[in-house]
Amino acid sequence: MEIPYTVQPRPDTGIYNAKVGIWLFLASEVMLFGGLFSGYVLLRVGADQWPHGWLDVRFGTLNTIILALSAITTLLAWAACKVGHFGKFKFFHACTLLLALSFLSVKMYEYHDKWIHYEIKLADGTFADGHLVEKSADFDLAQKTGTVTLHGRIVKDETLLYDLRSQKNIELKEVTVNASDIVKMENYGPWHNTFLAIYFTLTGLHALHILGGSIVIGYLWGPGSKMWKKDPERFTNRIEVSGLFWHFVDLVWIFLFPVLYLT
Amino acid sequence: MDAIVHQFPPYRKDEAHHSQDAHDDHGHEHHDPGFWAKYIFSTDHKTIGIQYGFTALCFMLFGFFLMLMMRWQIAHPGTPVPVIGPLLEKVLGQVAAKGVISPELYNSFGAMHGTIMVFLGIVPLAFAAFGNYVVPLMIGAVDMAFPRVNMASYQAYFLGGLVMFISFFIPGGAAQAGWTSYSPLATTIPTHGQLFWIIGMVLLISSSLLGAVNFIATIIQLRAPGMTWMRLPFFVWAQFVTAFLLLLAFPPLEAAAVMQLMDNVAHTSFFLPTGLAVGGQLANISGGGSPLLWQHLFWFLGHPEVYVLILPAMGIVCEILANNTRKPIWGYKSLVYSVLTIGFLSFIVWAHHMYLTGMGTKISTFFQATTMIISIPSVIILTCLFISLWGGSIRFNTPMLFALAFLPMFGIGGLTGLPLGFNVSDVHLHDTYYVIAHFHYVVAPGTIFGLFAGIYYWFPKMTGRKMNEFWGRVHFWCSLIFMNLVFMPMFAQGMAGMLRRMSDGGANYSAAVNARAGADVIGGLSDDIMSLHVWILWAAIALGIAQIPFIVNLFWSIKHGEKVGDNPWNSTTLEWQTPTPPPHGNFTHEITVYRGPYEYSVPGHATDFTPQNEPPIGSHAPQISTTVH
Ligand code: HEM
Ligand SMILES: [Cu+2]
Repeated sequence: MEIPYTVQPRPDTGIYNAKVGIWLFLASEVMLFGGLFSGYVLLRVGADQWPHGWLDVRFGTLNTIILALSAITTLLAWAACKVGHFGKFKFFHACTLLLALSFLSVKMYEYHDKWIHYEIKLADGTFADGHLVEKSADFDLAQKTGTVTLHGRIVKDETLLYDLRSQKNIELKEVTVNASDIVKMENYGPWHNTFLAIYFTLTGLHALHILGGSIVIGYLWGPGSKMWKKDPERFTNRIEVSGLFWHFVDLVWIFLFPVLYLT
Repeated sequence: MDAIVHQFPPYRKDEAHHSQDAHDDHGHEHHDPGFWAKYIFSTDHKTIGIQYGFTALCFMLFGFFLMLMMRWQIAHPGTPVPVIGPLLEKVLGQVAAKGVISPELYNSFGAMHGTIMVFLGIVPLAFAAFGNYVVPLMIGAVDMAFPRVNMASYQAYFLGGLVMFISFFIPGGAAQAGWTSYSPLATTIPTHGQLFWIIGMVLLISSSLLGAVNFIATIIQLRAPGMTWMRLPFFVWAQFVTAFLLLLAFPPLEAAAVMQLMDNVAHTSFFLPTGLAVGGQLANISGGGSPLLWQHLFWFLGHPEVYVLILPAMGIVCEILANNTRKPIWGYKSLVYSVLTIGFLSFIVWAHHMYLTGMGTKISTFFQATTMIISIPSVIILTCLFISLWGGSIRFNTPMLFALAFLPMFGIGGLTGLPLGFNVSDVHLHDTYYVIAHFHYVVAPGTIFGLFAGIYYWFPKMTGRKMNEFWGRVHFWCSLIFMNLVFMPMFAQGMAGMLRRMSDGGANYSAAVNARAGADVIGGLSDDIMSLHVWILWAAIALGIAQIPFIVNLFWSIKHGEKVGDNPWNSTTLEWQTPTPPPHGNFTHEITVYRGPYEYSVPGHATDFTPQNEPPIGSHAPQISTTVH
């Protein structure tokens, strides 16, 4: 038994099955990210203060370029299949995979940067804020022993930590505080505030999509490419369908970048 | 397009036959598959349909027992559950000490009853089971468009159900925050049950996404030649719209589930407001979250979900009515356009569940208007079905009885929705037993009766035998009577002010108010209203007993039912124009469709039904147009 229209388009709809499938799937993905984006809007509208300039626009731009390039290589890989150049296909999708890897590396670096960034509320009402340099060997928050050193600054008012974009030339230096002076110490994880919560959730889910897409493309590039010999047309369809998914994931980033980095 | 296709490398031509006969993955399916391949890891839509159906029925029975135990608790608060009390204590421990259901356990049972009935019972049965078994047959397809995705969909569902089930036995027990899982309550209750609930939901959502994609693709792509859109049986239309609802409404809940998961495990504050106090202590959270956000995302799914519950049942009822009145459905086109309208509108009514949240009167007014508008197409559908009965020579067999009962029962459920849709009257009715009665009328004697009708109707196609007619009638009449005895009193209780979700059925509250009565205190519940709990309990037990004939009949008839032919109901639609049970690949010959789905009693025709694939005299076969667009 054979399912019709798995390879050739159905004449009256003009489309083959998997392509219908992927478009429907992408429609549901739009709703998934749409749900999270509307969450973002509601949280931001209701927030007392919303951080500005917490993310490094340079990394965001770099990642935008990386994904834009990968969109091009994905398209070229499909076109190569269409005209029967298997070698070129291999080359272009190898590029796609490398670009995906670079994207994830940059993202990991950014996550790490937030992970080691601490805000410390001090007993005198001021705040120490910056990247962790070191904790002394006997540092223990509960026992109130030892010291912690940050590369950052001390501010009198927490709101100063929120709007970084309006403050020019922020001076950063090493500050060391005693554990006994610490009221609360927290890194910039998703628990720190709703901005970071939605940032990690949105970009994390997006990164999972990148990972999933890479696995599929990697499979089609590696073991899955055997199909090219037997059924090139069907294989080309697979490249097209996975490519559509990849373009969607790129598109999500095009929304994420301004929403999280630029506003 | 043609030009590109022909530019494939030359060696393709030599192997062109590959894509002609069979793709390699399909080529080896001829040898006899073993037990596992045939029943557990099957990719055949009919087997998957039966898997779905069987699993869903088991979950429904389980959900029903949860409800019986809750009913005992609110009718006789603080007394041990008879018969199974000791077992409860043994399995669940402290929360069921001495066989008494504690308030925590009551909350767990309540939350899981709703979750199981909706997400593990009705939707899988109505959409996935009937959809899988019947839709490909009805449109003349060999199978679903993506058979392996179909299998994955069932497996995700099964896994989701397993996770939900296991959560009863973890320390702290299953989720306790209602099937709606409102935050912050859901996040602050000290049990990992909520975590299991979220993970279970993510699996179930993934399952229905896979299913929805598959159904829509199948209906668009695999219709037989001649099966144009306006020749689709209404059941297929209903499933088509349902699939779109699942496809587009579920993802926002998935987004919400991800956020609640983050609140749970990463200690974010998506749904936790600033200043939240838990147990009298300020919670150690960053705050700034919005409880309303959860409710919006939940009901954005929640309302389309209620149409997911009802539309497949409407489709089934429509098929059975046409078949047993022996005349065409009145207003086929109105039905189709109404169901499409419902599909669109159901995305913009969700906040009628939130009138009392303080979201603002302007927003309430908007959603009140859309809610009133959406009842119009629902009424059109019901009216068409009623008018279809007019002048028919009705055959009163068991499927038809259930289908007929569906009409007034759904009518009651729908009409009682209107006072809930007006935000003024909802102030009084919100969160009372009136709401419980409203939606159970639509889902229980409504949808579930539709599903029973479908089971009795299509059983002969699956097995080649009919279910026993006498016991079918016993099942029907007892179910109808007890169903109403269970739910009708709840309208009265709700209007008297009895709130839902109280583990003692309102006894404490009522006693406290009545103690101060005599003066100007109102709001206590009279003894009459309270004593209805006991009536409902016994009606519910009787309703449970009334299902025994069904269960026995179902299994007994597989081997011993009356043997029937391929088309025992003399039906026009394509699922009956196959061998019984349909073989792998469904049809023994090419199917071509020449006419609409309900050509019953066509004047001049030899029989009183004309199958969709019967060629008109002196015609030649229509084909899917062969020009590439
Ligand atoms: C056709 C007209 C309908 C109208 C106007 C309507 C209106 C409403 C309203 C306003 C509520 C919220 C009541 C409250 O919480 O105060 C509600 C609750 C509900 N309705 Fe309907 N409804 C209709 C049909 C249906 C159908 C067809 C179904 C299901 C098959 C359904 C299932 C439910 C459920 C499950 C709830 C309760 C959810 C909960 O709070 O747990 N309704 N309805
Ligand atoms: Cu609703």
